[in-house]
Amino acid sequence: MKITPEIVEKHGLSKSEYKKICKLLKRKPNLVELGIFSAMWNEHCSYKSSKIHLKKLPTKGKVVIQGPGENSGIVDAGDKDAIVFKIESHNHPSFIEPYQGAATGVGGILRDVFTMGARPIANLNSIHFGSPEHSKTKNLLDGVVKGIGGYGNCIGIPTIGGETHFDESYNGNILVNAMSIGLTKKDKIFYSKASGINKPVIYVGSKTGRDGIHGASMASAKFDDKTEEKKPTVQVGDPFTEKLLLEACQELMKDDSIIAIQDMGAAGLTSSSVEMVAKGKIGIELNLNKVPCRELNMTPYEMMLSESQERMLIILNSGKENKAKKIFDKWNLDFAVIGKTTNTKNLILKFDDKNVCEIPIDFLSDMAPLYNRKWKISSMPKKQQILKNKLNNHKILDSLKRLLAHPNICNKQWVWHQYDHTVMADTIQKPGSDAGVVRIHKTNKAIASSIDSSPEYCAAHPITGGKQIVCENWRNIISVGAQPLAITNCLNFGNPEKEKPMGEFVECVQGIIEACKYLEYPVVSGNVSFYNETNEKSIKPTPAIGGVGLIKNIEKMITMSLKKENSILLIIGKTYGHLEQSLFAREILGNKKGPPPEINLFNEKNNGNSILELIDKMFVLSCHDISVGGILINLAEMCIAGNLGANINMPKSLININEYFFGEDQSRYLIEIEEANFETVTKILNKNSVFFEQIGITQKEKLTLGKEFEISVNEMKKYNNRWFKRYI
Amino acid sequence: MKSSVIIFPGSNCDRDMAIALEKFGFKNSMIWHNDTKIPKTDLVVLPGGFSYGDYLRTGSIAAKSKIISEVINFANSGGLVLGVCNGFQLLTESGLLPGVLLRNKYLRFICSNVYLNIKNNSKYFFKKIKKKTIELHIAHNDGCYYIDKEHIKKLEDKNQIALEYCGQDGKVSEEFNPNGSLNNIAGIYNEKQNILGMMPHPERMIEPILSGEDGSLFFKDLLTKN
Repeated sequence: MKITPEIVEKHGLSKSEYKKICKLLKRKPNLVELGIFSAMWNEHCSYKSSKIHLKKLPTKGKVVIQGPGENSGIVDAGDKDAIVFKIESHNHPSFIEPYQGAATGVGGILRDVFTMGARPIANLNSIHFGSPEHSKTKNLLDGVVKGIGGYGNCIGIPTIGGETHFDESYNGNILVNAMSIGLTKKDKIFYSKASGINKPVIYVGSKTGRDGIHGASMASAKFDDKTEEKKPTVQVGDPFTEKLLLEACQELMKDDSIIAIQDMGAAGLTSSSVEMVAKGKIGIELNLNKVPCRELNMTPYEMMLSESQERMLIILNSGKENKAKKIFDKWNLDFAVIGKTTNTKNLILKFDDKNVCEIPIDFLSDMAPLYNRKWKISSMPKKQQILKNKLNNHKILDSLKRLLAHPNICNKQWVWHQYDHTVMADTIQKPGSDAGVVRIHKTNKAIASSIDSSPEYCAAHPITGGKQIVCENWRNIISVGAQPLAITNCLNFGNPEKEKPMGEFVECVQGIIEACKYLEYPVVSGNVSFYNETNEKSIKPTPAIGGVGLIKNIEKMITMSLKKENSILLIIGKTYGHLEQSLFAREILGNKKGPPPEINLFNEKNNGNSILELIDKMFVLSCHDISVGGILINLAEMCIAGNLGANINMPKSLININEYFFGEDQSRYLIEIEEANFETVTKILNKNSVFFEQIGITQKEKLTLGKEFEISVNEMKKYNNRWFKRYI
Repeated sequence: MKSSVIIFPGSNCDRDMAIALEKFGFKNSMIWHNDTKIPKTDLVVLPGGFSYGDYLRTGSIAAKSKIISEVINFANSGGLVLGVCNGFQLLTESGLLPGVLLRNKYLRFICSNVYLNIKNNSKYFFKKIKKKTIELHIAHNDGCYYIDKEHIKKLEDKNQIALEYCGQDGKVSEEFNPNGSLNNIAGIYNEKQNILGMMPHPERMIEPILSGEDGSLFFKDLLTKN
């Protein structure tokens, strides 16, 4: 077939990129080669627009065993335990076909984790939908939640947490980010770097079909009204096969048969084979007649670009083929020796005894395009005067009720009851908490994890938003009594070829870098998803941060539910009453302008470490970080979780009552302590120079604010629980 | 006592079940579905999960596994058989228990704590548990128990209903029925009461830190002499 400009364009390659290909090859590529270049050079695989910025992320630290660049990141959890984790987006497929898109998102991230030798022990997700009133939202929400559940439940990994968020900027482009956490031993980690010449290349798992061809290119394309025509490029998941693949790989990993292993994720056989040998600086030769195919007459082009799920590529030590084959036979999975490693440093593909592709590996990896795209600096929005008399038009109790019932605050049980969150029988803190917690099997240790994003803050000022979201995530991990270890990030942005979205990306990353450096909270893995726009309208910048922390003694784990009557409630951190960009400002005042709350990294770290000190000394009965909604909403959540009330005071300073109770100042926590420990706790906080104030005491049944209002916990529950019931 | 947990392709509660059995004193072995012999054992457990991906119908393909004829022989000779969740579905598919488990009424997977009435104690299961109402965990997509009128009467007359969904105070009513099961049925026995199929997972609630420990009562009771 003649390569025409139209064909090049369809492959998502620019004219200059095509020229570069011809120059490198010193000839025109054939169609197979063009497909392979397009898969490896697209944004999804090459990170061509993001790489120069991502390089600045802090990726090292005492606990880091493996940073970005592998299938997943790995941190040290002591006692030779290693935590393997990563997050990935599956936004575009999920918008086109919500069930399969979300399901295969979960499947893909699970493979990224178990390919490194770990057994997955927990899943999380961050899902963003358009406005609830938008005609597509209900269907997308239903499909995505069912898809996430359908995959994770079947394979038997608990989904322990996540976030579900609605905002009109996702009307035409939802976000589905899936995270998985696995556990292995430090001396049992498997990498994707190939080594050795003439080693057998093994294909295992499902057969290759025509599904998902060019999925990676789709992920790097913009959406328009014809998006639904792309349904055939969405892959179809089979969690049952994945479960078999997981067990078979775990069996094969018991000894040293494997040299390198990688899952066939985005860009399937192409990216897995190229990336493995690129890391090992060797070559590879594949005989495509040996690839197990699901459909008749598949061409080399289709085989190389299919994104059929549940497949792995393994480079074995010579002589281990029979032993490996036996294992995969036992699990009823395909097993085929499809090629060998070579010393040519080329990717050579044979089909029907002919060479159908010959490309030097470094053309596809090191020499892929790299762009320093133009970007626009965002200025800090001007502070505005929210008039005090306008504030006073709103009764505080009415606002409390309205916000408790808001789709972004309300009880999300409807969502997480569809996810199996207790399988594996180690879940010790369920979804709906500040962080989900799973025990490390047969030990007294546990892993805490939370996913967070703040699109509103990031849109208002990307640097502040980037910083804030790392801090909020760190706070969530601390609130359950865990020492934060490291993060994975999923960076969801608009079109990088436009200066505004590119600027949002650059500045959010800058914010993430600052916070991660200061908090010593390194980034060990991640994913970038650009082109989240439909008909030229971009989503709000949405970096999602997935953090992981360690609880050394599960007896010291903390939950947010109030525990007993007559204990003292303290607010840790200072309340200034920052209302701009708060949920109250948007929903009650209808005001979406102004800067997001500032982040003071010194206070963040100091307050967080002081909370950990109090928890370690067993002074904390319950703890909740103060995030969206401010003091009152977060206190109400503690009451609802614990079935207890609180009697709280009016603000002492000259601050407006709405600003005080709904302001979203950062670096704050609410904690419950015994009255008898008040003095000791005060001493510790003063010693650490932490600002705190006593806000009230716990009581039975009711939340009371002086003469302002009284509301029963049951009534708050009613408001908090009603949104999903009415919506679905 | 000795127990044997059978692993099918797609089982995912086999490990949890084995751990629970061993915790309370069973000597447990794991049996692969393709095996043709069950070693000497007092209890055979069909664990939860998605055997064969729940394809065709839940439990239907696993019910044709090689090991199942052995399980049937074992049960017919009076051996104890426990099927949890997917194991319960498999027991109905293999004909060891009457009735069928349909898709949940609201067509959604449901994972949550539930309260259960122990409706009938058998000679082998729930022998001496003092509590009438226990709290366990369910996690399933197809737990809606159904059987025709003639047979439901038989189940009732022969005291074959083991567990029913209820409120915290033991009240049985539709509002506490998570999946649309006929008469809130959560678990049943065969006529001889040596086979128990139940949707709730006792193995997931064996420590206070796992949101409850009523599952412990179940396992301890299994080991109690009648």
